[in-house]
Amino acid sequence: MQDGTPSSMPLATHPALAGLVQLRAGASYSTDSATLALALLAGPSRAGGWCAAVGVADFGAEAAVALGVDLDRTVLVPDPGEQWLEVTAALVDVATVVLVRPGGRVAPSAAEKLSARLRKRGAALVVWGEWPRCEARLTATEPAWSGVGNGHGHLRARRLVVEARRGTAPPRRGALWFPAEDQSYRAVEPVVTPAVEGVA
Amino acid sequence: MRVMVVWCPDWPVVAALADEGQPTHLPAAVFHANLVQAGNAAARALGVRRGMRRRDAQSRCPELKVYAATPERDARTFETVLAAVEEQHPGVAPLRPGMAALRAPKRVSGGEPAAAALLAERLVGLGVWDSRVGVADELFTAEQAARRAPEQDCHVVAPGKSVAFLRELPVEVIEDLDAISLLKRLGIRSLGELADLPAAAVRDRFGSKVAWVHRVVGGAGAVPLATRTPPPELARHVDFEPPLENAETISFSVRQTADRVVAGLAAQQLVCTEVRIEAFCEGSSYDDPASSRDWLHPRWFTAADLVDRLHWQLQGAMRNGQSRGGEIRSPVSRVLFTPVTVVPDAVHADGLWGGTDERVQRGIARVQGMLGHEAVVVPVLQGGRGPAARQALVPWGERPTGLRPAGHPWPGSIPPPAPARVFASPWPAEVVGPGGRPVAVDERGAVLGEPTRFRPEPRGGWHPVASWAGPWAVEELWWEQGTRRVARFQMVGVDGRAWLMTWEAPGSWWTEAAYD
Repeated sequence: MQDGTPSSMPLATHPALAGLVQLRAGASYSTDSATLALALLAGPSRAGGWCAAVGVADFGAEAAVALGVDLDRTVLVPDPGEQWLEVTAALVDVATVVLVRPGGRVAPSAAEKLSARLRKRGAALVVWGEWPRCEARLTATEPAWSGVGNGHGHLRARRLVVEARRGTAPPRRGALWFPAEDQSYRAVEPVVTPAVEGVA
Repeated sequence: MRVMVVWCPDWPVVAALADEGQPTHLPAAVFHANLVQAGNAAARALGVRRGMRRRDAQSRCPELKVYAATPERDARTFETVLAAVEEQHPGVAPLRPGMAALRAPKRVSGGEPAAAALLAERLVGLGVWDSRVGVADELFTAEQAARRAPEQDCHVVAPGKSVAFLRELPVEVIEDLDAISLLKRLGIRSLGELADLPAAAVRDRFGSKVAWVHRVVGGAGAVPLATRTPPPELARHVDFEPPLENAETISFSVRQTADRVVAGLAAQQLVCTEVRIEAFCEGSSYDDPASSRDWLHPRWFTAADLVDRLHWQLQGAMRNGQSRGGEIRSPVSRVLFTPVTVVPDAVHADGLWGGTDERVQRGIARVQGMLGHEAVVVPVLQGGRGPAARQALVPWGERPTGLRPAGHPWPGSIPPPAPARVFASPWPAEVVGPGGRPVAVDERGAVLGEPTRFRPEPRGGWHPVASWAGPWAVEELWWEQGTRRVARFQMVGVDGRAWLMTWEAPGSWWTEAAYD
């Protein structure tokens, strides 16, 4: 696949993930965190695309809305059973981004077939689990919740370090508020240059 | 390619009067279901309006000529007009009775207006006094231009000026009463204002038809479409044994075939904008159709459109010997639909993102075919205390019913953020304090024992508690027998992962959700 073909067209990505990963049509992404998976769905959904989730029986609808997923353009197939791969392939025709939790091991040949379909339809695949060939793998590490003590308070904010691995390149790391105290999802501010601060 | 559209206004009335040999200046109206469907200028001058009841129309205009709506008559009478236009310019494609499209002639002295004037003159010779011509870069604009032309005159939209012309038009040109009403209530009065809305919002709120208009006004329609020659296997035919004589019977019998044509195109992500319909008579060879005609569609053909076009064509060919669509004198033994021009449905239906609603419907229907109707669900939010109660899954295509209002306060609900994983059925769990004593909640909602370790998954490992919050105690269903007294806790393990766990009287623990 060469750059510039329609299949490598960039898809809208959640702003908090800017700099870590940029969704591209035709590519697959894997993650180990439900929140990150929902955040990856949120980008195209905010931009007006459809999204689908296959095999995700524990879809947190409220959390998805908080991240910006539009439930009016979301379909779920919580229990696809043995046919999860076929269902995923069928939903690639429908949705801009499809989230799948694999129901078993995937042969590289099957993944390649699905990948061809993704390129044809200009969609992206988000895998919550293991996948043979991924454009990028996102891992959430070092979660740190604040706002909760010993029997008082409640969960308010979480600082998360996300690691994005692309092939053999050194991983990119970024700290995110997922969510912040004000319930927004954003990157922990990078080093702010004094000039910008002065203008603000 | 420039497109010319010839429009004969109030065609049902013109056709009805012509059929009876009546002069066209008499007030007349065509009624369907007792409401005025179309009236001519004389009737309008006397106050007869579209949608008016027959009694009201006749009280305004007692000498009004009343005709029943007969689409076959409209189609049959229009054949003479098509034949006359075709004499001057080959390759006429009827859009519907009263309106036809043709390629605008390139080399006529005087240009497009002169060609239009010649056409109008020819039609006056046939007794069609009111004809209007529109010329533009593409079909939709040409049709709108024709509707804005004065009588026996033409309106030319200069090349590349389609968007500017369309933006000035009122939203009434959309021909979808519900959408027009809603747009006006939203304060959107011109197509230009519609075009300024985001594409996804227009598609969601108004459906594919308005979304199509939105794209055309946005300039997408003015770009020549990447048409392609359809592969021959997309053609579908149906044989009648014994052959059928009646146009109604034939039209009824081709419905499944028309569905198959559209479905066959859809399977290749195509839609058809031009189709050739051929009818073969008993005893004739399959190389020589008795009636053949190419039909254009301003958007794309649905199965119902194909059946309509066939019906019109048969009506013309069966009753009128001069019909350009051929002549049918014996029973019809075969009907053949051949897509002539097809375009990818994405061109017609979606912009950069997502798919058409039809495409989504089709894709989801395929999954439903694999797994059953209930397998594809849409998540919706509702009011409630626990996270599982705050969302519901509605089977695709069904209307959610019995949802609890989300806006009301729900005492005892957990403050945001919401958990990213909400288990459909809670997992059995364990929470213990020092010395392995189970943690419980008393009648007043106080915690007995300090949680130190918990096991969120039935066969998972134990996690030491780093911090915890709660309880949010509620008595669920207290108004019914079998009250559930529950208390919810947020537990954060030393690994940093947080869980929503529930204690239920008399003493069991569940994991309801995870802040994964």
